[in-house]
Amino acid sequence: MAEATFRIWRTEPGGEGGFQEYRTAVSDGMVVLDAVHRIQAEQAPDLAVRWNCKAGKCGSCSAEINGRPRLMCMTRLNQVNLNEPVTVEPMRTFPSIKDLVTDVSWNFRVKKGITKIKPRKPDFADGTFRMAQRDVDRVQEFRKCIECFLCQDVCHVLRDHNKHEEFIGPRFLVYAAQLEMNPIDTADRIPELKADKGIGYCNITKCCTKVCPEHIHITDNAIIPLKERVVSRYYDPVTRLLRLFK
Amino acid sequence: MAGYATYDYDVLVIGAGGAGLRAAIEAAGAGVTVGLICKSLLGKAHTVMAEGGMAAAMANNDDRDSWKVHFADTMRGGQYVNNWRMAELHAKEAPDRVRELEGWGAVFDRTPDGRINQRNFGGHRYPRLAHVGDRTGLELIRTLQDHTIYLGVTVHMEHTVIELLVDANGVSGALAYDRERGRFHLFTAKAIVLATGGVGRAFKITSNSWEGTGDGHALAYRLGAELIDMEFIQFHPTGMVWPPSVKGILVTEGVRGEGGVLKNSQGRRFMFDDIPDNYKPQTASDPEEGWRYTQGDKSARRPPELLTRDHVARCINREVKAGRGSPHGGVFLDIAWIREKLGNSEEHIKRKLPSMYHQFKELADLDITKEPMEVGPTTHYIMGGIRVDGDSQMSTIPGLFAAGECASGINGANRLGGNSLSDLIVFGKRAGEYASQYARSRKPVQVDPAQVEAIMKGSLEPFERGTAGENPYKVQEDLQETMQANVGIVRLEDEMQTALTALDGYWERASRVGTLGHREYHAGWHTALDLRNLLAVSEAITRSAIERKESRGGHFREDYQEKVEAFGSVNVMVKRAADGSMQVTRIPIPPMPDALKQIIEEQKS
Repeated sequence: MAEATFRIWRTEPGGEGGFQEYRTAVSDGMVVLDAVHRIQAEQAPDLAVRWNCKAGKCGSCSAEINGRPRLMCMTRLNQVNLNEPVTVEPMRTFPSIKDLVTDVSWNFRVKKGITKIKPRKPDFADGTFRMAQRDVDRVQEFRKCIECFLCQDVCHVLRDHNKHEEFIGPRFLVYAAQLEMNPIDTADRIPELKADKGIGYCNITKCCTKVCPEHIHITDNAIIPLKERVVSRYYDPVTRLLRLFK
Repeated sequence: MAGYATYDYDVLVIGAGGAGLRAAIEAAGAGVTVGLICKSLLGKAHTVMAEGGMAAAMANNDDRDSWKVHFADTMRGGQYVNNWRMAELHAKEAPDRVRELEGWGAVFDRTPDGRINQRNFGGHRYPRLAHVGDRTGLELIRTLQDHTIYLGVTVHMEHTVIELLVDANGVSGALAYDRERGRFHLFTAKAIVLATGGVGRAFKITSNSWEGTGDGHALAYRLGAELIDMEFIQFHPTGMVWPPSVKGILVTEGVRGEGGVLKNSQGRRFMFDDIPDNYKPQTASDPEEGWRYTQGDKSARRPPELLTRDHVARCINREVKAGRGSPHGGVFLDIAWIREKLGNSEEHIKRKLPSMYHQFKELADLDITKEPMEVGPTTHYIMGGIRVDGDSQMSTIPGLFAAGECASGINGANRLGGNSLSDLIVFGKRAGEYASQYARSRKPVQVDPAQVEAIMKGSLEPFERGTAGENPYKVQEDLQETMQANVGIVRLEDEMQTALTALDGYWERASRVGTLGHREYHAGWHTALDLRNLLAVSEAITRSAIERKESRGGHFREDYQEKVEAFGSVNVMVKRAADGSMQVTRIPIPPMPDALKQIIEEQKS
């Protein structure tokens, strides 16, 4: 069986870390997560890695493979150059817990701060709604999100500028967008998006869209329409003028 | 000795898949304090893997559907050893449970007139599965998760329960460790809801993630709770078989619901060759009728590919054993063929089965719109579990409730696809409701500190043995091999006795596993602690399977291939005896009320 080398980020208690090299057997059809698991089972039982479904559906095994944000379970070894060591390191935008595992709890706190769905009264006495498929297509695109947080990892507003307190990041702009565009929702999130959710920080470089394993058009379909709503509410000259006379 | 953090709740929910979240929502709504423990991050539980949909007789696509038909379908699928009360409640309440999800943000696929769209599935007479493409589980878990976070439920993510605690009045708490730091946490609670899912990790080929180690089953068993129906395991007929690293990953039944057909290496649709008598009146007589059924023709009957999962899995197994399998040891599942019928078949398949398209494209380099897939049976689901009261979901231990896969009853000998997601929300709600009621009247709980100390000490022993001990991964792997080979899809007395002997050996090896390093996020240590749970459920499965000397639903005996009437009125029950050994008994199923019997008779035609 062929072998390959993996340079995996390992940490000490206290947070110091560095790459450690492991050679392990590789075979046809393997993904990076398989290699990490084999190393864990045979050489490094205390190697920390998060995973669940192993089918790209749960979004647990996010990491940076050869510097690129990816799901380990969906990165086949024939997509990477095995003649050189394959680097596997944690998402760098989040604090380290151990090895490949990061503290993503910030994301869970951010979500709680977004106004929840406020449904209109059901259309019928039996509690049911009527919605056309074409009106929910867009929302369903956003609801494909598996919360892997790779978009958060790659977003420079978070990664390079650390605006975690002022900007909710692409994942939660998508979350807000699916609520805003849900046909039965009656809440208004435009004021909060402009104010403390920091939508203005996004300068649509589309890095998030590029890394999304679900291929959600984050920038074009979620963020830009939300930005347009903010603009037409707060910055459109005609609306502003009208507001003066209200 | 290490200390521990303490928490106190009225209701503690263990597990945050569909059932656990739904229980937490109900309990929080009842005004009690709620803690929720999950092994992974919130929203990652195995529920996300569910694909096809959730069954509820809303009659949106076919107004002939009703709870009665759903009830009869569920009982037929379960070969009548179900808890009929649960099957009744499930059929009656599922429509409301599905509808309320919309108000919480779920966005289902729609019918042309704007209602929730329902699809066909194996064993369901009418199109009944509310769905979102082929990612319905994700929709369910995200909806429940996003609803829960606003309700004041305290969520303890990446915590694993080691043991449940009792006092004189019933269950009183749980001791857990957190993955991040490896520290201990003592939860006291007036009522506990187990919603820990399944046991797939006891087998080598499984659709389950690392979490499916039977924790809830084993925790309840060690307290003395009764487990029933443990011999009934669902081997899903269609798991991926290649590449090796993804062997077992699920291929949704929705592929067949949308017109996909099963063929052997000779190109024969072998499912037409073996249709059980009790399903003949409902099964298509030729491929053309089957195709029309999948396209919504109400006068057509379903293709044999949509027979119950146990049957389809055995047929596939037979083809492979007879040497008519595909190159990697499965059979062919072909959806690409529908191009003969539909002009825009590629687009159609991608829209109806987006994640299957994605899964095969990325993991197997295969385009399902152009080529057939290779599939084979995979350990998917356990019908058996903690014996509960049908109405309240309380186990035989006061204050201990169970819902979802770790509970037993609704499914009998075989679960219909789509009945799991609806089970989670129907009985998750009930468990939350009755657990909070129970908590209100429960006397203050007590915990024995000496017992807590002893559990903590035992849990840390693998570190003391270090590398001198057994490698926990190796024990787990050997256990999986044994169960796969000897207690799998086709069972024999001798092989199962071999498995029991092997399990004795694994119990012994598990008692001396060791690992090195620190307690922080240490997978080797976690695997060591999971072993006792895997072993307990493996033993329960094996002993129950030996006891049931007949074939029924998910339990097929090569040496007793027919159904035996006497076994049709009992459940096999296992319980921990006073000396610690596993006791196996048959318990009679309570007689069904005449009104329900009549429904079953009416639906037999």
